[in-house]
Amino acid sequence: MAEIVRPIPEITPELRPFFEASKNGQLVVQKCNGCGALRFPPRRLCANCLSRESSWTPVSGEGEVYSFIIMHRVYHPAFATQVPYAVATIKLKEGVRMLSNVIGIDPHAIRCGMPVRVCFEKLNDEVNLPMFRPAADAA
Amino acid sequence: MSLRGKTAIAGLGITKMGKNYAHSNALGFATEALELALADAGLLRSDLDGVLVNPGLTWGSDVMASYTLQQAMGIRNVRLTATTNLGGASAAALVMHAAMAIDAGMASTVACLFADAPLKPPRPNAKGTGGGAAYGFARGLDAAYGLYGANSGYAMVAQRHMHVYGTTSDQLGAIAVAERKWANLNPMAEFHREPLTIEDYRNSRWVAEPLHLYDCCLVSNGAVCVIVTSAERARDLKKPPVYILGMGQGHPGDDPVETLSSGAPMAKQTAFKMAGVELKDIDVVEFYDCYTITVLITLEDYGFCAKGEGGPFVADGRIGPGGSLPVNTGGGQLSAYYMWGMTPLSEGVIQIRGEGGARQVPKHDLCVVSGNGGVLWTHSTLVLGASA
Ligand SMILES: [Zn+2]
Repeated sequence: MAEIVRPIPEITPELRPFFEASKNGQLVVQKCNGCGALRFPPRRLCANCLSRESSWTPVSGEGEVYSFIIMHRVYHPAFATQVPYAVATIKLKEGVRMLSNVIGIDPHAIRCGMPVRVCFEKLNDEVNLPMFRPAADAA
Repeated sequence: MSLRGKTAIAGLGITKMGKNYAHSNALGFATEALELALADAGLLRSDLDGVLVNPGLTWGSDVMASYTLQQAMGIRNVRLTATTNLGGASAAALVMHAAMAIDAGMASTVACLFADAPLKPPRPNAKGTGGGAAYGFARGLDAAYGLYGANSGYAMVAQRHMHVYGTTSDQLGAIAVAERKWANLNPMAEFHREPLTIEDYRNSRWVAEPLHLYDCCLVSNGAVCVIVTSAERARDLKKPPVYILGMGQGHPGDDPVETLSSGAPMAKQTAFKMAGVELKDIDVVEFYDCYTITVLITLEDYGFCAKGEGGPFVADGRIGPGGSLPVNTGGGQLSAYYMWGMTPLSEGVIQIRGEGGARQVPKHDLCVVSGNGGVLWTHSTLVLGASA
């Protein structure tokens, strides 16, 4: 029986560079060319300096769990075998925060401040979804 | 010139709440609440020249809600209308807009209204009443990461508050239990007949851990309407005026997961200065309570305790019936009804008037009402008083 896949995020023009980099195992975020502030998800303007110029920049993929929640209810069939699972706000070493999952650990063992490192889950040929594992696991 | 005491709430209309299928849409509930508010004030629809509406999720974002209500009620020659959305901060904001317009001579008597109808009648062989659907969508990366439901933002805030300040689940539970005790004294409350112990709270299912079921508000069908007019006119109407003494808003634009705070400090400063009151003067507190953590953070932000000390502050039951600080005396959105900002506002009006019955607080001269929208994004404050 085929595994039910997570909802595949649409590759919008704004997110295309993010997914292109992810395919190569690289995590990137948007960087303001005006003031250097990092942001994710991508936006047209920098909320810090209002510059419209931006580029995509690689980040280390290292960070910490800033906050997290544990989902128990199945809203989409793909998560039926995954509950309970953790959805977390990850604060990257570079300071920017992004939403993701923390995997490879009992969700009840997760703590705010726990060091994590990016990994990728291939959903299809176009989408490698960035996720995070405890940094202690990393090879 | 200060607006302190220049206007008052003269009418209040509350439909039956919860699994009420008397109307199939929000507009139906809206017309009923408006009729009730007019009758309560002893006014006719021809006395109204302002209609302000905060539509809930189901009114439809593509309609001009306040105008459809004017049409449905056959109200002629309205001089002030607006459909407003600051989430749960809207109700108090509508009252502010009404008060300012009345003072400016742009309107004399303004209906402020919220209505929603997210619950559908149960069908045979169907589970539940479908209320979650309106509040459970997700798209894009959120969906890919399995982030569903309206509860996740506040759950992230709660988890972080626990991490930074050591707040516990039982402390959040103390808020749920206190509000349920108030609801048990309020015949309008959806949970009027159902007690809640801290054990029930601990055993309730996780909605988005660390939030239990009883950390989260109800989902309700219904509508609430308040009628604002000049203080002078309110004194000639049926009910004792509920004077609007102070008004303020605060929308910091920060990320509350980081600040663990709302716009309340800003909104309170403006409203309390206008009213000329201090925290110690307040007799009864009606705070927006989409979640228990919202109440806890709002108590901190108004200065009832220091930032981070909300957990120990509520743990001893002081906000419940018989406690030293009566908070959400009708049972709030956790245990009475989920009418966004109209829930705390309606109970504030009831308490100031002294119409609270078994739940009436003995001293009710001054009440603070808060509204809060999004994930601690928008905040509004009203100071209501029994005398101007
Ligand atoms: Zn910038």
